[in-house]
Amino acid sequence: MPDIAARGYAHPDVLVSTDWVAEHLNDPAVRVVESNEDTLLYASGHVPGAVHVDWTHDLNDQVRRDYVGREAFNALMSRIGATRDTTVVFYGDRNNWWACYAFWVFQLFGHTNAKVMDGGRVKWEKESRPLTRDVPSYPAAAYEAPERKDADIRAFREEVLKHVHTRGQLVDVRSPEEYAGTRLHMPDYPNEGALRGGHIPGAKSIPWARAVNPEDGTFKPASELKALYQDQNGLVPAAATIAYCRIGERSSHTWFALKYLLGFEKVRNYDGSWTEWGNLVGAPIEK
Amino acid sequence: MPVPPSLQKILDTFALFPDQADRTNLLLSFADKFRPVPPEIATRPFDKSHQVPACESEAYVWAVKNSDGTVKLHFAVESPSGISAKALAAILDKGLSGLPAEQVAAVTPEIVEQVFRQNISMGKGMGLMSMVNAVRTLANRLM
Repeated sequence: MPDIAARGYAHPDVLVSTDWVAEHLNDPAVRVVESNEDTLLYASGHVPGAVHVDWTHDLNDQVRRDYVGREAFNALMSRIGATRDTTVVFYGDRNNWWACYAFWVFQLFGHTNAKVMDGGRVKWEKESRPLTRDVPSYPAAAYEAPERKDADIRAFREEVLKHVHTRGQLVDVRSPEEYAGTRLHMPDYPNEGALRGGHIPGAKSIPWARAVNPEDGTFKPASELKALYQDQNGLVPAAATIAYCRIGERSSHTWFALKYLLGFEKVRNYDGSWTEWGNLVGAPIEK
Repeated sequence: MPVPPSLQKILDTFALFPDQADRTNLLLSFADKFRPVPPEIATRPFDKSHQVPACESEAYVWAVKNSDGTVKLHFAVESPSGISAKALAAILDKGLSGLPAEQVAAVTPEIVEQVFRQNISMGKGMGLMSMVNAVRTLANRLM
């Protein structure tokens, strides 16, 4: 893959290479954050100095289906020793699914000084870079987040419904079988309780993983992403776009690619996704 | 059929640790003990009929009958990130290998919840339970 700067991205500064991370392991202005699906992975070995942010316990409200509020976010940032000025670099398993998900939640609190390590865990491992089981501890930082601001990057069901009625751009990033409604959950995953299968009317089917190179998890260059999202599927960067999947984690990855790599101007992630839509009484569904 | 004492002992150890960090360390210690299937039992590319369905870590299971009639379990976990799968494989091997097929076949997927609890992510549970079911199926064939 060419260097990140040479791939033609709209906002290349949100991606950093494994080389960059290796050079900033001891940089006090940088906090490397690992976010995984498999919660054992961090403990089994991580980038030296990296902290663990667990999406279920650190980012989700433990009672309601929602993300944490301002105070819990402040506490999380304090725990990982990050201030408003700290550059937070995310990486994780599964081609950075959860890294992008965590990145997206951080944006709800306006932590724009954030980046994703291109290729994530798999690339770091394939390059035989060091992993450690030492869990670092950083002095607690004072962090004052603004109130969580959902409107710009998060879509709710009523907004999605309006979007459907105005024929807005929708991207379904699930597997083709889930999109077609022949299965209610992704291959190899449990059914998490959607009563109906299919997709939101008008949604284009663009499985999330098509944005990455499977061998090392790096993002494809802008020309290939443009061919996929714009040329083949007719998405327009200037139009409002909503991405969704099953619970909003895979679509965070697509949200990241559309917003930062292709420069789509108004992309939102519908985290209610199919586990909400497929259960909503009367919601329109296409098969 | 009750859980065999050798497996119950492991489950009891997990039950002693309510704290997530301790349980994580215990799971890791099992993952570290994981040894993949030896070449005399199976070599790559592994026979797909031994692959655990619905396990994203690309896990394989073999159940071999020893000369004394007991069962020896072998596993392979091909995904380098398959730490949870490796931990469970090591637990199943330690807890069930050396027992008669009837006892091995009696293991139930509920042990996954007992072992992993809060360490289990949404997607992992099914793959790990599927691994236990694969052990049951193979042990049943040896009866």
